[in-house]
Amino acid sequence: MTTETNKPTVDTRWQSLNSDWANDKETFPMPWGKLMMWIFLLSDTFIFSIFLTGYMNVRMSATEPWPNTSEVFALTIAGQHIPLILIAIMTFVLITSSGTMALAVNYAYQGDRKKTFLLMIATALLGASFVGMQAFEWSKLIHEGVRPWGNPMGATQFGSAFFMITGFHGIHVSAGVIYLSIIANRVRKGHYEGKGYHIVEITGLYWHFVDLVWVFIFAFFYLW
Amino acid sequence: MDQTAKQTTNQQHPIGIYLKVWALLFVLSALSYMVDYFQFQGYLRWTLVLIFMFLKAGFIISIFMHLGWERYALKCTLLLPPLAIGVLIWLMAMEADYTFSSRQLFLGQ
Repeated sequence: MTTETNKPTVDTRWQSLNSDWANDKETFPMPWGKLMMWIFLLSDTFIFSIFLTGYMNVRMSATEPWPNTSEVFALTIAGQHIPLILIAIMTFVLITSSGTMALAVNYAYQGDRKKTFLLMIATALLGASFVGMQAFEWSKLIHEGVRPWGNPMGATQFGSAFFMITGFHGIHVSAGVIYLSIIANRVRKGHYEGKGYHIVEITGLYWHFVDLVWVFIFAFFYLW
Repeated sequence: MDQTAKQTTNQQHPIGIYLKVWALLFVLSALSYMVDYFQFQGYLRWTLVLIFMFLKAGFIISIFMHLGWERYALKCTLLLPPLAIGVLIWLMAMEADYTFSSRQLFLGQ
């Protein structure tokens, strides 16, 4: 019981950790919705990690050569053969949407409803275009004969890993687009006046997480 | 609900930092695309891909998701559990090596 502190301010991070957990008070001083979103995202981190680890396992143990992603996802634009270009464009679209979302959170706390609404809608539209490009990518690969149980380019595990990981991520983006649209519309109508605009930050957490997962998928699935 | 109003945990920061991080994320994405475009291979490829990946992830988490400004208790709650994934990756990599060598031995690749 030597840690009894009467000081109003805590100095080090260890003292803050200690006082947050040991003092008889709420441990995480934040709106419950925000904490629950963080906990959800932590669980989602494990889901995506397990997908990516499973993919690593089947790829390392495959005896057939793995399809060259640089070529599989290449496009010919205006007569130019550009490797992995579709995935690069999708990455930039998602990063752009993360930026507009960050600005939306900022304007929400400033109380600028109009700008918040417009930026959230812009984020949702960028997300929808990402899903559109993913649908294009899927149909292109299905057309080329890629299936969860096999493909003409190499190791059979390529198809199942690809459809599972990008499909699950695509579902997350689609859900985010719906979530963003609902919250944006409520912001426009003034539903959160008086309640505060934490909800925009919470929506933002989800959206940035979707972008975060894509960073890892981009590195491990497309650049490996 | 009053309690929520009392807590001044609003994550309000100058807009400039978001714009800078946004630009930085573009640069890092372009760089990781360049790794593939110029077909770097081997350890150089992996080092560059992982560096750019962790930098991007770090900036998104700490600035865009505001975790850098959160209290230490929340940081520990969110960042310590994923360390277990490192163990899973290690175990699965060993498992995959074993499967690969068994397949080569018995399936006559």
